[in-house]
Amino acid sequence: MNLKELVTGVSGEKQFLLGNEAAVRGVIEAGVSIAATYPGTPSSEIGNVLSVLAKDANIYFEFSTNEKVAMEVAATAAASGLRSFTFMKHVGMNVAADSFMTTAYSGVTGGMVILSADDPSLFSSQNEQDTRNYARIANVPILEPSNCQEVKDMVRYAFDLSEQFGLPVIVRTTTRVSHMRGVVEFGDIRDNSSNNDNHWKRGHFNKDPSKYVPVPAFAGDMHIRLWDKIRKIEELSDKTELNREINLSDNKKYAIIASSSAFNYAYDVCKFNNLDINILKLGFSYPFPRKKVCEFLEGVDEVFIVEEVDPIIERDTLAAIGAEKLNVTVHGKLDGTFPLYHEFNSDVVGDGLNKTFNFKQDSETAYSSSLNKLEVDLPSRAPVLCAGCPHRAMYYGINLAIEELGLKPEDVIFASDIGCYTLGINPPYNAADYLLSMGSSVGDGCGFSVSTDQKVASFIGDSTFFHSGVSPLINAVHNKHNFVLTVLDNRITAMTGGQPNPGIPIDGMGDEAPEVSIRKLAMACGCDYVRVINPFNLDQVVKTYKEAFERNDTAVIISKAPCTLIKGLTKKPPVQLVEKNCNNCDKCVSELACPAISKVNGKITIDKAQCDGCNVCIQVCKYGALEAGR
Amino acid sequence: MVHWKRVGDNMDNHYCIYICGVGGQGIIKTSTIIGEAAMNQGLDVVMSEIHGMSQRGGSVSTELKIGGFNSSIIPNHGADMLLSFEPVETIRGLDKVNEETKIVYNTHPIIPSSTDKPYPNVDGITKILKENFKHVLPIDGTQLAIDAGSVLSLNMVLLGAVTADEKFPLTKESVIEAMKNNLKPKFHEMNLKAIESGYKSIKG
Repeated sequence: MNLKELVTGVSGEKQFLLGNEAAVRGVIEAGVSIAATYPGTPSSEIGNVLSVLAKDANIYFEFSTNEKVAMEVAATAAASGLRSFTFMKHVGMNVAADSFMTTAYSGVTGGMVILSADDPSLFSSQNEQDTRNYARIANVPILEPSNCQEVKDMVRYAFDLSEQFGLPVIVRTTTRVSHMRGVVEFGDIRDNSSNNDNHWKRGHFNKDPSKYVPVPAFAGDMHIRLWDKIRKIEELSDKTELNREINLSDNKKYAIIASSSAFNYAYDVCKFNNLDINILKLGFSYPFPRKKVCEFLEGVDEVFIVEEVDPIIERDTLAAIGAEKLNVTVHGKLDGTFPLYHEFNSDVVGDGLNKTFNFKQDSETAYSSSLNKLEVDLPSRAPVLCAGCPHRAMYYGINLAIEELGLKPEDVIFASDIGCYTLGINPPYNAADYLLSMGSSVGDGCGFSVSTDQKVASFIGDSTFFHSGVSPLINAVHNKHNFVLTVLDNRITAMTGGQPNPGIPIDGMGDEAPEVSIRKLAMACGCDYVRVINPFNLDQVVKTYKEAFERNDTAVIISKAPCTLIKGLTKKPPVQLVEKNCNNCDKCVSELACPAISKVNGKITIDKAQCDGCNVCIQVCKYGALEAGR
Repeated sequence: MVHWKRVGDNMDNHYCIYICGVGGQGIIKTSTIIGEAAMNQGLDVVMSEIHGMSQRGGSVSTELKIGGFNSSIIPNHGADMLLSFEPVETIRGLDKVNEETKIVYNTHPIIPSSTDKPYPNVDGITKILKENFKHVLPIDGTQLAIDAGSVLSLNMVLLGAVTADEKFPLTKESVIEAMKNNLKPKFHEMNLKAIESGYKSIKG
C-alpha cells in the first residue's frame, strides 16, 4: 500500500493496515489540525507516517523534544479550539504527566486525544506500566481498542467524545494492537481545511483565567467541574456500543469481562474450544461502566476478568459487585487465575480458563534427545550494535582508557540511558550499570558522584539529551558534581527508527530547521570541559577520556558521527584482511565484537556486506592484519 | 516422531503461518503481501509483527492468521506452516509446530555475532528435524534468490514456497498481485522469477 492512501482513501475503501497506521487514518478522519509526539516504540510508526502525510492532511506535526512538550502543544491547540493529537509510549506518559494532570482540570474546547501505547512483556521498554492507571489518576475517559479497525474507529470517536465533554481522552493500545495488521474499512473525513497561509487551520484562544489558570482560587472549582463531567460520562459508558456483550452461550453460569488485546485471546479460546461462556467486551473502560457490568453479571455465578497488565477492571468489578451486593465469584489476576505480569496469549488465557473448564488435555511433546540437545545448544541472536556504529568505538575507547589509567572495572560506574547505546550492557563492553529512564544518566551521575568514591561515566544519546538531559546537567554544574558525561551524538533518534531531533537541521515535516548545538548547550550550562571528538579516532577517544577522568568537575565529551542506518550516507569501502599478518589473537572478535568480523573455521573473516568501513578494528589490531579498503 | 495434537481445538478452515528469521531479511514485507492477498480474496486476516529492539540484527518473527481469528498470535503448536528464513531460527520457532505443520526453511545460515555457542551443522539440523516431524522441507532459498537475480529476493523465493502448500488458502495469482502492489515495478520480473523458483522447489 502507498501511505498516501491514508489521506486519499475514500469511505468504504479497505486497506491492510498496521494498528499505528490505522491510528493515523483515524486522526485524518477526525480532522485533526495539530499533532505532536516524542517517538517511542510501540507508538513510533504513527509519527513516522504523520511526518510524511502531515502537509497532505492539513496537519501541523512536530517531533517535540519530549512528551511533556508534546502534551503542552496538544493542550494549547485544543484550548484554542482546534482538534489536537499527541501520542507516546506508556512511559512517555510519566514525562507528560505533570501537564496532563492539569489538562484534565482546565479541559479543552477542540477535541484532544492522547494515544498511549503500552508494552506488556517489555519488547522495547524498561517497564510494563499500565496506562489505564493514568485515566484514573487524572480522571479522564479511556478507550481500549482490540484491533486495527477499532484503533481507527476509536481514535476518531475519541475526538467527538472529547469535544462533547470538554475533556482530553486517552486511547490506550498495547504492542499487539499497535503492531497488529488487519483489514480496516475507511470512513468519511471531517473537513479541516486551512483558513490561512499555512497548510493547517488556525484557532483562537479565548482568554478565561478561571478556566485555564489553576491558581488555588480557581483550581478547586476546576476539580468540582471535572467530577461533574465524569459523572455524566459514566452514564455514557454504561450505554455505549463500545461496551458490548458477545453471547456465545445460553447458559449464564460463567462469564468473561475482557478488554484490548486480552479480549482477542479470550474470544478465540472460547470460540475455538466451544466454551459455554458469554463475554462482555469493554472498549470504554473508564469511567467504569458499573451499571452495565452489574446487569451483565445478573445471574452469573463466576466471572473471569481477562486484561493486560494490571488488575484494573478486576478491582472495579469487585467494587461494583460489593456495592451491589451481588453473589459472583471473580477470577482474575488477584486470585491467581491469570498472571499479574507480561502479555497474555491464547495459551495463557486458555490455561487460566482450563482451571475451571478442564477442556485442555495434556499433550505429548516427545522430541528426540538430539532435538532437545539442539534446542539447548542453540546460539543466541540478541540485538547488537550495528557494524560501523559509533557507540561501539566509544565503548571500546573508554574501556581502554580505564585500563590505561590503572582503574579496575568496578572503579567506574556506567550510568546508561535509553537508546541503542543501552545495548552496551552486553559483553565485551559491559557499559551499563544503572538506568532509570530517559535522561536519567545525567541525574544518576550527580547522585553517584556524591554517594561513592567511584568514578562515574554517564552515556546519553543526542535525542535523549534534548529530551531530558539538559536540566540535570545544569544541576551537575551548579552542585559541583564530578563525573564524565558522554553525549553520543549520532545525528538522529536511532532506536525508534530514525526520527529527526533538534540537533539536526530538519523538522518533523521535513522542512529546514535551526540546528541546536549540544556543545554550546553544554558550555552555556557552565561546563568548563567540553570536547567534540570523532569516535572512530581511537587515540583521540582514549586521550580525551583519560583527561576527563582526571578532572574534578562535570566533563562533557560529545562523540559526533552519524548512525550507519541514516539513508543516503556514502559508504566507505570494507576493511581488508591481510591474512599473513593475522596471528589469530582474536582481539578484534572478542574485544570489539563487531558483527562484521567473525571467526569461521578458525580464520578471521570480514563480512564485506556488513562492514561499514569505520576502520576502528584496524586501530585495534596490533599486527597490521587489518587494513583500510580501497 | 512428535505427536502433538490440539485436543478440543476446532481449528478447521483456518490457516496460520509463523514466519521467522533475522532482521533485514524482508520478513515483515513478505507477511504484509500475504495479508493483503488474503484481504483481496475476501478472507479475514490478522497479522502480528515485532518492531524496535528486535531489529538490530536480532531474531524477527511475524504471525499471520487467515480465517475468523481475533487474536493475531498463533497458539503454541497451532501453526499450519512454519516458514523460516534461517536454519537456527527454525528451531526457535518449533513451539508453534504440531505434527501436521509444514516446516519450510532456508538452509543458508546467518552466523550470529554473539559467539556464546557454536553454530550447529545445517545438515545435522535437517536430519534432526526429519527425525521429529513429518513435513520437513529445506530449500536453498539464498541460492535460488541469487539465481533469480539478487540475494534480496530471498523473501520472494520463500513466498513462492508457501503458495505451493496445497492447504494454503490463497492463489498464487493473488499473492503475485499483492507483491506487485507492494514492491517497486523495476524488481517485479526478478521477484516473479523468485516466487516461481520457490514454488517449484516445493511442488517439484
